[in-house]
Amino acid sequence: MARIVAGVGTSHTPAIGAAVDLGKTQEPYWVPLFKGYEPSKRWMAQTRPDVVIMVYNDHVNAFDFKMIPTFGLGCAEEFPIADEGWGPRPVPVVKGYPELAAHLVQSLVLDEFDMTIVNEMPVDHGLTVPLTLMCGSPPAWPCPVIPLAVNVIQYPAPTGHRCFKLGQAIRRAVASWDEDLKVVIFGTGGMSHQIQGPRAGLVNPQFDQAFLDGLAHDPERLVKIQPLEYLRDAGAEAIELVMWLIMRGALGEKVHEVYRFYHVPASSTAVGHIILEAR
Amino acid sequence: MAKDKQEAYEDIPGTWVFDAQRARRGYHLNEFLYSLMKDANRKEFLADERAYTLKFKMSEEQRTAVLERAWNRMLELGAVSYALAKLAFTDGKSYQFMAARMTGMSEPEYVEMMLKGGRSPEGWRSKSERRGKS
Repeated sequence: MARIVAGVGTSHTPAIGAAVDLGKTQEPYWVPLFKGYEPSKRWMAQTRPDVVIMVYNDHVNAFDFKMIPTFGLGCAEEFPIADEGWGPRPVPVVKGYPELAAHLVQSLVLDEFDMTIVNEMPVDHGLTVPLTLMCGSPPAWPCPVIPLAVNVIQYPAPTGHRCFKLGQAIRRAVASWDEDLKVVIFGTGGMSHQIQGPRAGLVNPQFDQAFLDGLAHDPERLVKIQPLEYLRDAGAEAIELVMWLIMRGALGEKVHEVYRFYHVPASSTAVGHIILEAR
Repeated sequence: MAKDKQEAYEDIPGTWVFDAQRARRGYHLNEFLYSLMKDANRKEFLADERAYTLKFKMSEEQRTAVLERAWNRMLELGAVSYALAKLAFTDGKSYQFMAARMTGMSEPEYVEMMLKGGRSPEGWRSKSERRGKS
């Protein structure tokens, strides 16, 4: 049977992708950040997942405002890299896993999570930056990826509680797939950041550290954080952290924290990262 | 939207929450911004900005804000930041340039603030807190 063996939480700041693509990783501004992900790359290479489920959000690239799915599950064989306005990132095309994705849709809808089925979509930095951080710059990504796009742009985003329960349903769905597969689930975005308006640049390390602590030891506390609290304490775009709760919900009750990293800044964001193995 | 929720959003200083009502008002403005992902549209826009914007059903207020690059006003009138970024890129500017303009800082000042750990949430949580009313 397939099983979710681990979860990865990480920011997906576009400037990180640009730093790699433009050869700036050795510049003093970027050195500490990429150093922080070196152990993660080794962990990823050792773990060798068969499939990644990538919980992320599109940033007005695949979806404009004609239709806004709250949860969109990518069921395609492959996903092209989006041109976000400065040309597509020079990274490999993302291969999907349509058989397992179709099973997830089937299982999740019957489990009362009404997924939007997405058969064609380009993927933007929200999905490719986490792959770059965890896998480096290989000629092809090491495994297929099932994208799960979450609306966190138009308020209200789904609540943390709903996201956590979706994660639990994903765990059940994966466990009911016969193929023997090792699955790693990513929750991306965050951490504290606000990138627009007079309040832009807001960062709250106390909030972020408490969130990382909660993921490892007390997710029930995080599930109760209200949208307004994210906004007030950690910035308008910190609402992306609900996507980390999908990842956490998919890991089951007990986890082992393998690694944690925190760094400010990458452009306008606080970068947070955690690796949790399911027990 | 319920009045109490709206007031809670409006109590946060320095931000315009992109909720369902603001998104509704901003729909045509955001569709205009989204159209700038295509190079041909960017060229057409830059050749005659006002004429291009007339193809979209946005309000005159929104149109003026676009032509003046009044970034915060566009946010207030329903633009979402990721769509606004397409306009900044059309101008050959970076996201960071746009964000700095929204704060009233120069880009180097903004970068410096981020390198020092960013903007503290103290004083930015609530307008009533700023007035000392708890």
